[in-house]
Amino acid sequence: MADETRPTAAAEGGSSAPERSERRPPRGGPGGPGGRGEGGRKYFRRKKVCKFCVEKIEAINYKDTRLLTQFVAESGKIVPRRLTGVCTPHQRRLSSAIKQARNIALLPFAGRAS
Amino acid sequence: MNRTYELMFIVRPDMSEEDQDKLISTLESAVTSSAGQVKNIERMGRRRLAYKVRKFQDGIYILLTVEGSGGLIHELERRLRVTEPVIKFLTVRIDEEQKRLDKIKAIRDARRKTSTAAAAAQAETAGEAPAATA
Repeated sequence: MADETRPTAAAEGGSSAPERSERRPPRGGPGGPGGRGEGGRKYFRRKKVCKFCVEKIEAINYKDTRLLTQFVAESGKIVPRRLTGVCTPHQRRLSSAIKQARNIALLPFAGRAS
Repeated sequence: MNRTYELMFIVRPDMSEEDQDKLISTLESAVTSSAGQVKNIERMGRRRLAYKVRKFQDGIYILLTVEGSGGLIHELERRLRVTEPVIKFLTVRIDEEQKRLDKIKAIRDARRKTSTAAAAAQAETAGEAPAATA
């Protein structure tokens, strides 16, 4: 009887150890969408899409201030792409367009200094 | 010798129309004398500047599209720098960008053509099949 209980106890002890490690699944949640939406948020941020890729806008001209002001904050700073969801090549072109527009006084360097 | 540039400059707001025309014609003659070509002149009118430039809050924007060499642009910019009413200028080279845009457009058109051709072929076969069965 003692022999019977020991193996079961041993079996239980043996089985609970792997259960405990299984109970912690590999953290795939924050790692997955971490590339897109971050800033302290853990799980799925509503997947932002690049406005330029969706609307197939190829040329980002420094002259159309209406388009550029959408990506510029109140203070005049360029908004980072993790907030706007723009993809990297478009963000690069966008930021050089904004800098050109700033140079030719179409956009301010610093707005209401915040 | 086929570089295309876009030259945008701002002129002080109290400049008269005829003075503007004189300035533009001077620049044009400089372009043509150095074997260049003026593609387009666009007067964007008076606009409010985003910040004060030489104590002016407004300015008259003029956009000049020029085809020529780099030396030509050097000359134009030198003239603009010297001209007193011009308060700011910016030159952007646009032929590379234009090449890229044309390439993308060509790819898109080719794709559209093959897709419409495929669709037309499908429509034909679809039209033939019921006609044959009927």
